[in-house]
Amino acid sequence: MKRLHNPGADAIKTKGWLRANKWLLARRFTQLSILLLFLLGPWFGIWLIKGNLNSSLILNVLPLTDPFVLLQSLISGHIPEATAITGAIIVLVFYMLVGGRVYCSWVCPVNMITDAAHWLRERLGISGASRLSRNTRYWLLGAVLVLALSTGSIAWETVNPVSMVHRGLIFGMGLAWVVIVAVFMFDFLVSRRGWCSHLCPVGAFYSALGTHSLVRVRADARDQCDDCMDCFIVCPEQQVIRPALKGADKGIGPVITSANCTNCGRCIDVCAKDVFHFGNRFNNQSYNNPVHEHTHERNKEHTNHSTGAEVL
Amino acid sequence: MNTPSPEKKRSAPNSASRRRFLVDTARTAGSIVLFSLGVGLYSRQSASTPAQALRPPGALDEDKFLGACVRCGLCVRDCPFDTLDLAKLGDPVTTGTPYFIARDVPCEMCDDIPCVKACPTGALDHSLENIDDARMGLAVLIDEENCLNFQGLRCDVCYRVCPAIDKAITLELESNMRSGKHAVFIPTVHSDHCTGCGKCERACVLEEAAIKILPIQLAKGELGHHYRWGWKEKDKAGSSLVTPDVQHRYNLPQGQRYDYDGKGLIFDENNGSSSETPFDSNPLNTLKRGMEQDQ
Repeated sequence: MKRLHNPGADAIKTKGWLRANKWLLARRFTQLSILLLFLLGPWFGIWLIKGNLNSSLILNVLPLTDPFVLLQSLISGHIPEATAITGAIIVLVFYMLVGGRVYCSWVCPVNMITDAAHWLRERLGISGASRLSRNTRYWLLGAVLVLALSTGSIAWETVNPVSMVHRGLIFGMGLAWVVIVAVFMFDFLVSRRGWCSHLCPVGAFYSALGTHSLVRVRADARDQCDDCMDCFIVCPEQQVIRPALKGADKGIGPVITSANCTNCGRCIDVCAKDVFHFGNRFNNQSYNNPVHEHTHERNKEHTNHSTGAEVL
Repeated sequence: MNTPSPEKKRSAPNSASRRRFLVDTARTAGSIVLFSLGVGLYSRQSASTPAQALRPPGALDEDKFLGACVRCGLCVRDCPFDTLDLAKLGDPVTTGTPYFIARDVPCEMCDDIPCVKACPTGALDHSLENIDDARMGLAVLIDEENCLNFQGLRCDVCYRVCPAIDKAITLELESNMRSGKHAVFIPTVHSDHCTGCGKCERACVLEEAAIKILPIQLAKGELGHHYRWGWKEKDKAGSSLVTPDVQHRYNLPQGQRYDYDGKGLIFDENNGSSSETPFDSNPLNTLKRGMEQDQ
């Protein structure tokens, strides 16, 4: 049924190809740039950043540490040095502000693998929703933490596809390509959006981080929605859109507040009616007013936001 | 399900959805338990590192190390000699952790220990400030049958390359039983100075090194905790703890005496008789000699 129409086709017609893919392009650019920054060292000897996503050092000064891996280390019984703690706090604050799952859609190298698998799945018309519960990832998150406690080691890191892929690209693959193939095949043939949206405990951790994040996607122009369903089709976390988009009658505000939203901005791209835009989480009242007030509000937010995008 | 009667009074769809919820929860919980068992067992399995894989200087004990190391590879990056490697998936070392193989590239023992400084978590212990205090492993001359020095040849390579020459490895002289007239120079490792850098194993001229760095717990024995060395206890106490010391008396020929402070047997040059041999031409006199003094 999803083959009936091509999501985003209307948006391309009304907004042009570039605007209808703006956030997707920005996201791919960011993902590849971060990867390239890490690869500049081993490939060209330019050491702007050393290490990998688990812990790194920028320009030999600024430490960054994945708070999830450090939390597991803490639970396993190790008290880390100040460097790692500082690095983790920096990362923690950043994602608490911009949205935890910005890590998933803008940084994580596995996102490109699962997006490719999803694209192929849609292209070949493999239908059917995932039978997994979206809450499975939180169970897995709990299991990962319990494992750290019971084994006294960071057991999750022996199988974690996220760090394995990233480390593989920078330090040498070994058999890590098997993991890439496995994740790809899982999302391609077994479960729609299976890994990133249902299972990954890393994503679940970052979801929890971003529960109160400032940067959110807003559907301020939701009365413009013509029910084309394009945003639902492209969204990796479809359940997050409905309350904000269709909740006006129930008094739900236009901000997508779910922590599972990855702030990928694909819904903004594919909407021909410009219903969505990046904004903050405040002013989340439900309006029942005429259209022009929304548009006014929206334009204001939009300028705010585009300066934000350049920073990103 | 054996639910009590008040539950049964509920309407059918409600209990059906409740049942469904329970089944779904049980299914998820079951899968998570399976997942945890799998990952837990695999991580336990992969923690059995082969003896040749050595951790960088200052690494915590292996079981603590696997909880402390975040697999970032910063130590590998700051190693100026490409000694360290980050274990890839499929390597026999826990994925993402740093190690080196002494026979391939040994540790050069940098004075400033950059790998330890680079570690953000302290999996490489920052309290290690002098590289000579590092204990990455312990050299063991494992194959005496093929070691050239054991055969009486003067290879000495392991001894010569040792950064703590004459402390971590010494050459101990023994007589060569094969030729009957030469010495053998036995390379002997001393654990109070050996850092386990691996230069000796790297340099060993054999096809397969006769001297190897082993993890300390593999290389060293441990004395029974109740056991005491008698002579050390005697030194501590100032005298023998069990039986009173009686100095052994040698029954020596005339003109000879024994020095108990280490000089051993002494021939007195200028004794009265000054004959070529201390023995009298009458063997009976020699036998009687001690007895005359006692009487």
